[in-house]
Amino acid sequence: MARAVTTQRKAINTLIAWIVGLLIFFPILWIFILSFHSEGDAIKSPLEVITSTWTFESYATVQERSNYFRHFWNSVVISVGSTVLGLIIAVPSAWAMAFVPGKRTKDVLMWMLSTKMLPPVGVLLPIYLICQNLGLLDTRIALVFILMMINLPIIIWMLYTYFREIPGEILEAARMDGASLREEVIYVLLPMAVPGIASTLLLNIILAWNEAFWTLTLTAAKAAPLTAFIASYSSPEGLFYAKLSAASIMAIAPILIMGWFSQKQLVRGLTFGAVK
Amino acid sequence: MTTMIRALLGATALTAAGFAASAQDTTLTIATVNNGDMIRMQGLADAFTEETGIALEWVTLEENVLRQRVTQDIATNGGQFDVMTIGTYEVPIWGAQDWLVSLNDLPAEYDVDDILPAIRGGLTVDGELYAAPFYGESSMVMYRTDLMEAAGLEMPDAPTWDFIKEAAAAMTDKDNEVYGICLRGKAGWGENMAFLTAMSNSYGARWFDMDWNPQFDSEAWANTLNDYLDLMNSYGPPGASGNGFNENLALFQQGKCGMWIDATVAASFVTNPNDSTVADKVGFALAPDNGLGKRGNWLWAWSLAVPAGSDNPDAAKQFIAWATSKDYTALVAENEGWANVPPGTRTSLYENPEYQEVPFAQMTLESINAADPTAPTVDEVPYTGVQFVAIPEFQSIGTAVGQTFSAALAGQMSAEDALAQAQALTEREMKRAGYIE
Repeated sequence: MARAVTTQRKAINTLIAWIVGLLIFFPILWIFILSFHSEGDAIKSPLEVITSTWTFESYATVQERSNYFRHFWNSVVISVGSTVLGLIIAVPSAWAMAFVPGKRTKDVLMWMLSTKMLPPVGVLLPIYLICQNLGLLDTRIALVFILMMINLPIIIWMLYTYFREIPGEILEAARMDGASLREEVIYVLLPMAVPGIASTLLLNIILAWNEAFWTLTLTAAKAAPLTAFIASYSSPEGLFYAKLSAASIMAIAPILIMGWFSQKQLVRGLTFGAVK
Repeated sequence: MTTMIRALLGATALTAAGFAASAQDTTLTIATVNNGDMIRMQGLADAFTEETGIALEWVTLEENVLRQRVTQDIATNGGQFDVMTIGTYEVPIWGAQDWLVSLNDLPAEYDVDDILPAIRGGLTVDGELYAAPFYGESSMVMYRTDLMEAAGLEMPDAPTWDFIKEAAAAMTDKDNEVYGICLRGKAGWGENMAFLTAMSNSYGARWFDMDWNPQFDSEAWANTLNDYLDLMNSYGPPGASGNGFNENLALFQQGKCGMWIDATVAASFVTNPNDSTVADKVGFALAPDNGLGKRGNWLWAWSLAVPAGSDNPDAAKQFIAWATSKDYTALVAENEGWANVPPGTRTSLYENPEYQEVPFAQMTLESINAADPTAPTVDEVPYTGVQFVAIPEFQSIGTAVGQTFSAALAGQMSAEDALAQAQALTEREMKRAGYIE
């Protein structure tokens, strides 16, 4: 039975939700506002910032100084590449764990998750030296593999959770009808798990897009994605708030737009199986 | 379903296309910091490429990120960079480790003898020049001429700390948010410790005695820290323990600081009418002293060096010779005016009558000449470096000491406790590193 909620309570809940939402969104809004001001105006008090002249000056400078599209393309290749590669590995793994679990499946899942508990800097030197010896420093292929491995536990866990919600009987029925393993996964399992796979894909693209430790450490000029583009606008000596804000907006805009258009899919996938 | 498989295949193809497109011609990769002079050089570097056919790739990073990246690269012989922008702190340490290519064979027309002696000394190890200075800086007093006049005082060219205290008191008007003095308070070896170490030199303090024993228990350090805290607590802006160069620059440009002692490079910012509300009311003076023969100013040079792991050392040297040459100075002057020429590296620049007309040129030169990295303070020391100690351990020790001094400024501990803690932690680290038993 649905619980009765008074109008007053509803209003309070809505208000709180709006306040929390605005608080979370405020830093991005402020970066957006700063990006349309000159460096001199950007350091003024908040009220003066809003009332001073708005300009595209910072965007023009950033566009002139940096090769935005190269960084953007690197970000696309690295984030999409690592996520797709991760999915190719994770789908069969999650299938096996969800439908034919062994004695140690839970332990394996926990072990995979435990790799996320190690701070990345702990493995910086070995990974850096491996990349150096393989001639993979400043290459996109190195970042695709490393980000894929970093996000693989999350991808497998998410897919495992979604697959567990799918009744095994349906797959059994497919097998009874003579479907091979490949057909069972491709024609029966995947179509049913599309919302889950889509949200996993989207979430991991966002995670890979925003990853700043490895992308800054292992790249120089050729493979540097948008995180390096942002980092190039910070300075301990000089004014940089407006240009840094413009660079940040340019870096997050593609992923924000993608998130905006796919939010329905994302929410549907993330809440998939949450209510029984 | 077919659509999804197609989408996945499409994405894979996209990735593959990305890898294929990554094959590029050999070029020089230059790691640099994000500051006005370096960005200007990137804009003018097409001239070098046209002249030599050598293509350039730039990696511009924030100073601390750059330091971490290039240190990691050079220590592992990574070879990601052909030219590195490094400071006077790194050059003696890396040069001694043979991590850098010697620049002693630069062509005669480069005129290495024209480099300012103080700067050249800081970039030379055992007679080998390991980096060429791109721009040099010291620190000096920048002050508001209108407030000084209103206070009925006149700033001498070479003030003492007593005068600075007197002027700070006279210029402070907290009701109108005008603070007599703005100084660095943010913790870090390159932040508050750059200022405080330089200040301590003028008080006769030193980091270590000749046997590498830490000296924070000396009277000179106590006087330095007490005077600094007194100045900042009485006449400084609120929340100063979080202020670094940029925060103070913003305060000064908005007319909230009577005096600011910081990098000479700030002179071009505070006198720029586009960003500064006090551009036409700024005067300059040498960093203060206490009559002990040393001034409280530092010495720093962002320099270009070739890491030993570079695949193109000759092309890299060619680029360095171009970027730090007299011709490059002339090129900047022609395109951007004399005020925008990278300062503090060559004697000939300061002999140029056109450059002498730049308001802060003479004070910058005098400040640089007043610093001696080989004899930074009154007493003899076993290290080089004016506002730092050129040993690998200094970054962590300097930052830890900076944190205790910043905490003292924030009122979280007394000056005595901060000094005692600094002494203890420096002693511990120096024992661990094997300098003392």
